[in-house]
Amino acid sequence: MAEIEKVIVCEKLTKRFGDFIATNEISFEVKKGEIFGFLGANGAGKTTAMRMLCGLSAPSSGSAAIAGYDIYKEPEQIKRNVGYMSQKFSLYEDLTVMENIRFFGGIYGLTNQQIDSKTKELITTLGLENETKKLVGSLPLGWKQKLSFSVAVLHEPKIVFLDEPTGGVDPVTRRQFWNLIYAAADRGITVFVTTHYMDEAEYCNRISIMVDGKIEVLDTPGNLKKQFNAESMDEVFYQLARSAKRGD
Amino acid sequence: MKQFIAFVRKEFYHVLRDKRTLLILFGMPIAQILIFGFALSNEVKDSQILVVDYARDDASRHIIDRVEASRYFEVCKEAMSHKDILSTFQEGKIKAVLVFPADFNNDLLHNNKAKVQVITDATDINTANMITNYLTAIITDYQNDVNENLSIPYQIIPETRMLYNPQLKGAHGFVPGVMALVLMLVSVMMTAISIVKEKETGTMEILLVSPFKPILVIFAKAFPYLILSLINVSAILFLSVFALELPVKGSLVLLFAESTLFIITCLSLGIFISIKTNSQQIAMLISLMGMLLPTMMFSGFLFPIENMPYPLQVVSNIIPSKWFYIIVKSIMIKGLGIAALWKETVILIGMTMFLLIISLKSFKIRLE
Amino acid sequence: MEAIRVNHITKTYNEGKVKAVDDVSFSVGKGELFGLIGPDGAGKTSIFRMLTTLLLPDKGTATVDGFDVVKDFRQIRNSVGYMPGKFSLYQDLTIEENLNFFATVFDTTVEQNYHLIKDIYVQIEPFKKRRAGKLSGGMKQKLALCCALIHKPTTLFLDEPTTGVDPVSRKEFWEMLRRLKEQGITIMVSTPYMDEASLCDRIALIQGGKILSVDTPDNIVNTYPDRLYAIKANEMYLLLKTLESYPDTSNSYAFGEYAHATFKNNDVSELDNYLSSKGLSGIEIKDIEATIEDSFIRLLH
Repeated sequence: MAEIEKVIVCEKLTKRFGDFIATNEISFEVKKGEIFGFLGANGAGKTTAMRMLCGLSAPSSGSAAIAGYDIYKEPEQIKRNVGYMSQKFSLYEDLTVMENIRFFGGIYGLTNQQIDSKTKELITTLGLENETKKLVGSLPLGWKQKLSFSVAVLHEPKIVFLDEPTGGVDPVTRRQFWNLIYAAADRGITVFVTTHYMDEAEYCNRISIMVDGKIEVLDTPGNLKKQFNAESMDEVFYQLARSAKRGD
Repeated sequence: MKQFIAFVRKEFYHVLRDKRTLLILFGMPIAQILIFGFALSNEVKDSQILVVDYARDDASRHIIDRVEASRYFEVCKEAMSHKDILSTFQEGKIKAVLVFPADFNNDLLHNNKAKVQVITDATDINTANMITNYLTAIITDYQNDVNENLSIPYQIIPETRMLYNPQLKGAHGFVPGVMALVLMLVSVMMTAISIVKEKETGTMEILLVSPFKPILVIFAKAFPYLILSLINVSAILFLSVFALELPVKGSLVLLFAESTLFIITCLSLGIFISIKTNSQQIAMLISLMGMLLPTMMFSGFLFPIENMPYPLQVVSNIIPSKWFYIIVKSIMIKGLGIAALWKETVILIGMTMFLLIISLKSFKIRLE
Repeated sequence: MEAIRVNHITKTYNEGKVKAVDDVSFSVGKGELFGLIGPDGAGKTSIFRMLTTLLLPDKGTATVDGFDVVKDFRQIRNSVGYMPGKFSLYQDLTIEENLNFFATVFDTTVEQNYHLIKDIYVQIEPFKKRRAGKLSGGMKQKLALCCALIHKPTTLFLDEPTTGVDPVSRKEFWEMLRRLKEQGITIMVSTPYMDEASLCDRIALIQGGKILSVDTPDNIVNTYPDRLYAIKANEMYLLLKTLESYPDTSNSYAFGEYAHATFKNNDVSELDNYLSSKGLSGIEIKDIEATIEDSFIRLLH
């Protein structure tokens, strides 16, 4: 069997803000098509780490390669090969569904032809046929989040970063959302996701839990539960995060 | 009352901890006064003036020497005829003309009284006014020096004439103008923004769900800006008196009383805007577009109202700053008292009452 | 007497175009910890705002401590504590200044009711000179709770206090609510997290402005009508897809490391073979008790 491609390799990645070490020498690898859960309490350093991995912020030290590109030298290449979605910013509320898709397709440099075919595909998968001319702002939150995920992977990036994508979404829509994630991973897109829902941690192939800027544990959910002798990920998380010293 | 004080204290914390607000609050009036002030004094330095000396006697010589010695003026040419005056003015190099009549010294000696004419190019109103002031000051100086040894004082009367803009609209108007602008900005915009901010951050929700009377929230928020505005008025007056040497001719008490009235007008307007809007951005836009712009356009500060088309002159009447501008100008520059200004004052009071009443009427004790 | 009583209230926005709350009724007993459970946009905040007298209902009536939310809004404002969904304190004031300010606004002092907030306040007291904007999510939440409690309210309204807060802080927060309940304060709390529902005395499940069910968490779970199975396999995505295509499945969805499913006739005898035949390995099937989340999903279907 050929060696599986590693799409995220990071080595002692560190970010300092003055005296404060937000992210402290984190090292890990994520394989192609993997769903990687990136957990931690508020202020553990998740957002900082994620920003560095997306090429939005330069590390203080350490190294990392995203989709094969160096985060110091090739941040532009990285941006072209990753998708990003967060709970806060997703789509333009005052544009219609169709306009949003076309806009982001254009941003990612897809040709008109590609945009047309992708749009059609996306609309059918999400069942939004009757909503294409509606303003995104008028859609229920769950639909917005599904749409914004689909837009984030419109250009078939190698990796998609999801920052708490399902906050406040109802349980049914949340699962539909995860079906989209599974489908994307199945196509070979690596999914890097943060969440506060511990049951969602279980959906990941592997998860890491950050405490005070360091990655404290990294394994499959099953192994972690064994290691901590816990019934659920919730318990694992609680045992680890309780020892945290700093808030955000 | 304890609640009210706590509220006001909190409001001061907000202002004092927000460096940007502080900068706008106190930096802006100072900057505006200084920019206007120094732009003017730079202009006046080394201004070329024309001297027309029909007298050619000792007195006129002495005065011309003094003018020449001043760092503000450069006497460039001594023309003799009235025709020359007009043509040199039109060349644009000459800022003013000083004319001594033929029997200047004679008049002084025999009548104890002589006239000297100061003609300025009033297309640039501010400069013209400055020059007139400086020239008059030099002449007065000379007169005082001569009078030291005399029992019956001489009187030299400068007759000033403005060419091209004889009524001198807008001269010295920038201090009252800046005052109107700053008060508008602080009292309308800052008040509106600070109330709307409470709506935006959700603290208004908590305050509404408390025993504190909602209307008191509004007053408590407006009160600190009254104080801050009065500080601003003092700062502007201080600068204009000491940095720009533009004294307040009329009553200082009256000036502060009228300013307080205008501040309350502005606060009512700020409160009204804050009641009608829900975001800081919109509150700011409305304050800027709806209040500051009209103040600049219609108060007579930058553009003389008399030169405007009639419909705009009518519009200018509903702008509170127009009336305040007239009041401040009259008190500061003309030294008029309340007897001359009662009409404007009554108009401002009326506007304030109107704004306060519609604000209170539209005030809501719930979120919608 | 009931602490809160809601009778058929309806609330619409945009001149009736958007129905936020649709004919909702429920009541909350004195000293009860009552949860309003539902996703964003379900109408939770509108209900809170009507009960705290901030919004007027279009139809229906509601009382808090026997006071009508429309007519007697002043009495209600004097006696309830309210913590809105967003962090609503002054970010540029310190912990201490915020607390003192709200105490004064409520015409009391921090000392007078210190016993109520002591447990919570001691946790943030070391940082009392720090500005609220610089606090962590968990600390902000504790401060907000202190401010809502400082005037000794009879009823506490907490609108999504734990949203966006990490699981550890959430757990601590619920422990604080438990202790407050012991002091006799009625608490109405909303949350989008289903796992928090079991910590309430009674809950209302809400979606699309309508209440789906009001009961104790145990009763809601116990009245789950179907037999529920948890199924596990090594290949999660394939498992979910296969379950969906299995002819006897009436409902299936992911649930943590398992998939949960109900079947027509409650018959799973053939399932194992079917799943193996589709290439799944490590198959595990077990009969389980439903959770609140399962009940909610069923009600939504």
